[in-house]
Amino acid sequence: MAKVKYIAGKEPHAKEHRMIFKNVDREGWDVSLKTYEKEGGYKQLAKALKMEPKAVQDEVKAAGLRGRGGAGFPTGVKWGFVPPNNTKPVYLICNADESEPGTFKDRYIIHQDPHQLIEGLIISAYAVGAHLAYIYIREEFPEGAKILEAAIEEARKKKYIGKNVLGSGFELEVYVHRGAGAYICGEETGLIESLEGKRPYPRIKPPYFPAAMGLYLCPTIVNNVESLCHVKHIIDMGATAYGKLGTPRNTGTRILCVSGDVQRPGYYEIQVGKVTMGELINDMCGGMKKGRKLKAVIPGGSSSKILRADEKFTLKKGDKDVVIGLKDIPMDFDSLMACGSMAGSGGVIVLDDSRAISWVLNNLNTFYAHESCGQCTPCREGSAWMKKITDRIVSGNASPEDVDTLESVAYNIDGKTICAFGEACSWPTEAMVAKFRDELIGDTDGKNANRPVSKETQQAAKNLKTLNT
Amino acid sequence: MSDDKKQDAPAVPMVNVQIDGEWHQFPKGTRMIEACRQVQVEVPHYCYHPKLSSPGNCRMCLVEMGMPPRLAPGAEPELDENGRQKIGWMPRPVIACANTVAENMGIRTDSELTKACREGVMEFLLVNHPLDCPICDQAGECSLQEHSAEHGHGESRFRDEKNKKPKNVNIGPRIRLDDERCIMCSRCIRFCDETVDDPVLGFTDRGSHTVLTVHPNQQLANDYSMNTVDICPVGALTSNDFRFQMRTWFMKETKSICTSCGRGCNTTIGSREGTIFRQTPRDNNDVNSAWMCDHGRMNYHYVNSEARLTDPMIRENGEEAHRVVSWSKAIRFAADELLKFNASEVAVIASARMTNEELFMTRRLIADLSVEQVDVVTRRGKGDDYLVTADKNPNTAGAKLVLGLKKPGGELDAIREGIESGKIKALVVLQENLIDDADFTSELLGKLDFLLTTYPLANPTADDSHVVLPAATFAEKDGTMINVTGRLQRLNKVHQGPGQTMEVWEICRDLIMAIGGGNGIYSANDVFKEMAGEIKQFEGLTLAGVGEQGLPLLKTRNTVPMLEREKERIAKGEIVG
Repeated sequence: MAKVKYIAGKEPHAKEHRMIFKNVDREGWDVSLKTYEKEGGYKQLAKALKMEPKAVQDEVKAAGLRGRGGAGFPTGVKWGFVPPNNTKPVYLICNADESEPGTFKDRYIIHQDPHQLIEGLIISAYAVGAHLAYIYIREEFPEGAKILEAAIEEARKKKYIGKNVLGSGFELEVYVHRGAGAYICGEETGLIESLEGKRPYPRIKPPYFPAAMGLYLCPTIVNNVESLCHVKHIIDMGATAYGKLGTPRNTGTRILCVSGDVQRPGYYEIQVGKVTMGELINDMCGGMKKGRKLKAVIPGGSSSKILRADEKFTLKKGDKDVVIGLKDIPMDFDSLMACGSMAGSGGVIVLDDSRAISWVLNNLNTFYAHESCGQCTPCREGSAWMKKITDRIVSGNASPEDVDTLESVAYNIDGKTICAFGEACSWPTEAMVAKFRDELIGDTDGKNANRPVSKETQQAAKNLKTLNT
Repeated sequence: MSDDKKQDAPAVPMVNVQIDGEWHQFPKGTRMIEACRQVQVEVPHYCYHPKLSSPGNCRMCLVEMGMPPRLAPGAEPELDENGRQKIGWMPRPVIACANTVAENMGIRTDSELTKACREGVMEFLLVNHPLDCPICDQAGECSLQEHSAEHGHGESRFRDEKNKKPKNVNIGPRIRLDDERCIMCSRCIRFCDETVDDPVLGFTDRGSHTVLTVHPNQQLANDYSMNTVDICPVGALTSNDFRFQMRTWFMKETKSICTSCGRGCNTTIGSREGTIFRQTPRDNNDVNSAWMCDHGRMNYHYVNSEARLTDPMIRENGEEAHRVVSWSKAIRFAADELLKFNASEVAVIASARMTNEELFMTRRLIADLSVEQVDVVTRRGKGDDYLVTADKNPNTAGAKLVLGLKKPGGELDAIREGIESGKIKALVVLQENLIDDADFTSELLGKLDFLLTTYPLANPTADDSHVVLPAATFAEKDGTMINVTGRLQRLNKVHQGPGQTMEVWEICRDLIMAIGGGNGIYSANDVFKEMAGEIKQFEGLTLAGVGEQGLPLLKTRNTVPMLEREKERIAKGEIVG
């Protein structure tokens, strides 16, 4: 294959391994089927259709592909959860509701290489036995939805989608469904409810595990955009070759979306675990802005726990414990987990010393308070409460006790909610209070402890003239 | 109830479950919360309701749960001192409402983790709650108050401004909504969606700003709307009828049944000092599940009415107006008048709204007077596909059985004709208003030589009567009725009726004595005993034995549409029931 030429100024970094993003920012590339076919497009579909669906599943399982949406759950294992004696239709849903702050990888796949996603989707549908697939795309990607619609139409004309896919007898219909602008629709059961036309209230698990009782209470597999694209490459390379990319248990490549206070924020596709945090920030992103120092990193989307620049982490290497600093953390699922955070959705948010942690935390709390669906009590009330407290910290109206209350509220949410939003909204607070407690307390004033906060008490205080206002 | 289930379905395997350190057995599939309830361990909850689906949204029922660890192949299970597998306790709590018990499961409702969960959820629920208990109708029977006292912090750490939400929202003709009090448990929404097929309620906005509301251009106006007030665990939904009328803790609660149609929904009547303030449904899985219709619920106001008859009255020797007399005078007068006629000149129209006991004493009176023309007034209306029956009389089955009527209402034409032709000269009307309810005219009744009426309220038939006797309403008497499915159910006396009112069985007894009949009956219980000795179907029964839930007495093929649907949902595991 000829060497891929990229648009000037958008060339990948030497440490990148472009596979999923091979065609992103590529010179002469467009979203048409013709262009995609020129590069061997839909060949992997033809190859997969010659395999047994079970064999495709096994290939993906053997490749060790882990979900790229956030949880990092093995995709092949997830597919295997469809009950073996199932008689209901199986649905495949592509989760294109990319809404975790700091994450912007799926949008490039959709906008610049839609057929890669569609091919991966069709292969995956074949593997799980789905004859109906939905691409649930967030409301904020209107152009992406149009591109996908057009791409599906092209693919249908070429018999990649339809009653008899490439003459194999396999039937598949694909629909694009647009969301209405809610973060919670990225949660798979919330997404399913939304797709059913209801409010996206996540379902309780048990009993509503999507693989058994998903869309319309039928078995449903929900996969992230990037995960589905990887399926195509696994079929292309074979599980063994694919498994050699990255590190053991953390195979393949993944796209890291770096934002924040670095010289060159952007997307970087790396082999999982082959690049460290330091290499990512200093080499690939060109280091910190001039005169600034690294303060902390949120390594896997806004909900992942923050890592301090001066923190020390203990990782297991073989039988030995190794103590490393932030810059030495390999960017893979297991290492980041061992460091007390997570690889999440690949959104790396870099903060320098100009950032006040109270401001950072308040920014995130505002987001989560706004996006909590409000179904279950701890998250509904807790996320808004945390925001109200950090609002006061930022505006200088908080007392040191408020920091303790803030932390305790976060722990009262964590692990007690219907869906993972509870963790998503409480982890930033838990980690930032634990790691930056002194700084947060520094933004408070003991005098505020007795100061009335609500309008009513302020008025009462004025009337009484006895309270300290 | 759990015992019945066990007997009905012996095929369900039992599982061993440890609850707070003690081992119990439950049928597989039992919800954790129900298992705890069966062994008297309370799990606080808001959103869970056994008759509705379980969304698990309030998180109040979080408990610590554990299972024996999954064994590696070939490994021996680790046993505790009782020879049971050791439980591996999960770090994350689980909801007890939607999860079912499993073999060797452990549940801790008193552990630190469980307590912390409850404290946390309680605090969250109160963060934006207005805490306006002093002016809230729910106070005294509010789950927030109860659980807060038992599981809450005691004081709030919340210093910020509470969210503002709509208050005093008119969402239907009988219901008012206070969104600030709402804890978003969604019980009302689920009730409207699942139970009465009227999905008009829903949430709008999100997060902490979520508000309950009716859909645009819709009203919560269905005939079961007021059940949402009952199941609302807080004071968000209140009834316009009961709002600001009486503090709940001042009310006396009396278990009774609704007498507005043939269903006989089980009720609790709330009253204070001779005034009824509300009627609410009482659980009975053979009659009304946990619900009742709004019409029946509101049909108590006449009991408190200004138009109640309070004294016996007579009109003799062509007097224009009635005059109040003592009971003994009224009864003596009535008896003397009745004895002037031949048996064939007297007719009795009783009511299928009377209790079996009242009907039985009517039967005695009829026998003593040897009256042959006897009937009751029928009431047919529209039934629905839930609870309301087309028969608007609560005790048609009782009237048929006790009075021996073959076709209720079948004699009314003959009686009218008899009066017209002069064959019938005296008429005894018990608990009916013939002019308004049975196509009699004042002119026709004017042809009678003697007309006696008992009724709770002033009415045109009473106006035309020679003797008017004030009678007790359903709330003012003890006794039994038989509903359309043949179930014998009890009414309990809430309070003595106003003034000199008497129950009809007492009136009949006194008339029997006045015309020279027997004695020895002093209570509804005594009447029931007599009835048990005389009517085969009541053989061996006692009034006390009827109990709070009633007894199946007659075999019918009638089913309750609402219960049938609930049974289907129970079978599917959607609801507990």
